[in-house]
Amino acid sequence: MNPSPRSGLRKAAAVVSSWLIVGAAKLLTGVRGLWSGTGPKAEQTLYFANHTSHGDFVLLWATLPPDLRALTRPVAGQDYWEASALRRFIGEDVFNALMIRRDGGTAAGAPNPVEQMTQALQSGDSLIMFPEGTRNTGDETLLPLKSGLFHLARACPNVRLVPVWIENLKRVLPKGMLVPIPLACTVRYGAPLVLAEGEDKTAFIARARAAMLALRPEYDKAED
Amino acid sequence: MNLSASTQTTLTLFGGVFGVLVLASAIGALLKWRVAHGQPHPVIDNLNSRVNAWWVMVAVIGLAFAFGKGGVIVLFYLISFYALREFMSLAYTRRGDHHAIAVAFFIALPVQYFLIWIDWYGLYAIFIPVYAFLVLPILAAVGGDTQRFLERTSKIQWGLMVCVFCISHVPALLTLQIPGFEGRNLLLIAFLVIVVQGSDVLQYVWGKLFGRHKVAPELSPSKTWEGLIGGVASATALGAALSWATPFTPWQAALMALTICLMGFFGGLVMSAIKRDRGVKDWGTMIEGHGGMLDRLDSVVFAAPVFFHALRYWWTP
Repeated sequence: MNPSPRSGLRKAAAVVSSWLIVGAAKLLTGVRGLWSGTGPKAEQTLYFANHTSHGDFVLLWATLPPDLRALTRPVAGQDYWEASALRRFIGEDVFNALMIRRDGGTAAGAPNPVEQMTQALQSGDSLIMFPEGTRNTGDETLLPLKSGLFHLARACPNVRLVPVWIENLKRVLPKGMLVPIPLACTVRYGAPLVLAEGEDKTAFIARARAAMLALRPEYDKAED
Repeated sequence: MNLSASTQTTLTLFGGVFGVLVLASAIGALLKWRVAHGQPHPVIDNLNSRVNAWWVMVAVIGLAFAFGKGGVIVLFYLISFYALREFMSLAYTRRGDHHAIAVAFFIALPVQYFLIWIDWYGLYAIFIPVYAFLVLPILAAVGGDTQRFLERTSKIQWGLMVCVFCISHVPALLTLQIPGFEGRNLLLIAFLVIVVQGSDVLQYVWGKLFGRHKVAPELSPSKTWEGLIGGVASATALGAALSWATPFTPWQAALMALTICLMGFFGGLVMSAIKRDRGVKDWGTMIEGHGGMLDRLDSVVFAAPVFFHALRYWWTP
């Protein structure tokens, strides 16, 4: 492919947009990343986080060191991120998102999301994924996790599986509200999870879920 | 003439603070070298990061002072904003509170500081305690969610009271017309900040050196009677020694200093109680070694309105 002036312009716009988006997210949410049990490493990583808002992966991305951001792709729902030219620009050009179909690939010939993620991991990308499979818009702390995480852990044993808890973004912009409120958000990263030998799907998923919930701050847990 | 005299006094005060910080940095470096032998040491490292943060805070205040009234109002507007963010981030709220919180951030906060800018005392003294306090629960009620309603409402009201109303009384000191003290009101802010923060620092020093008996082990394990009495007594003496920069006689300055030190101490206690209730140690991580904005300001919050009204009642015609 010949790099046309237009695609060069698009690339520059994408870089500037990513600064603007990260800057605005930091200003608005005061987001800070807290690492416990591990630090940010230039190793291939699958970050799995709770999902309450479309801005979640921006926050996670903003708290990664800049050199790791370029290696890390969010997994995003095609139906949402390809619905308009602006969203497509943000999803594909700015964040280089891996687009998946959330209807589970019921349409004939549609690629299976878990296979797509496996391929991306095997080609060396780091990924941000939301194992609940959908946005949690209710009062539930964390929805049941889909089995995709287990299949990825089995298919890619060398990838670090880092649980992440994103705090407060649901309060910044609840579903259906127009004005975001500037609350401080925290992205907490936990110790990597390893699939034990012979560990079955149910046990592993339960462990992953517990690892995510354990990252919540004390004052959130107290309200259970 | 007046202006240059007041600038000179301000510069003298900053010179004094600068000297104290140089001394503190030297002591910190000495402790790190002689006691910690260059190794990590939690107490000494925390002391040093506190001193470093003080350098930054003094520089920021100095910059705001250089811009005069506008600079001070902008500085305290930003301080209120970050304090309110820390407060609201910790408070338990629900979806139905969204509009009330948005109004607190985007209407109540700017309006309060605008009223101080245009010097409308009659409205800024009641804007939050009357109008905001009535409108916010209306918005929350319209949200329709009644679970823990009174608790949620009071949290938003308290957030505004502490982070916006009380803190805004620091720049409001600039609006007071004290006969014979015209054009020198920045010195009132300097007096308040030096005495209250000096009291915090001196309580810390006295507590670290002689602290044995805890005042409120449940609330704030680091506060001791030795620290409290030594700190407040020495900060009161500091206030009396600063009377030359104020409209006060030395004994008036001492009484003022004692009042704001005690308000500051109890303010710190109340803010600690709120933190303990939420199960956290610090309000945030904004200021290295100190915690969040509110951790550094909890004593100013309670001292500022009392200082303002004492001045207004006894010193303005």
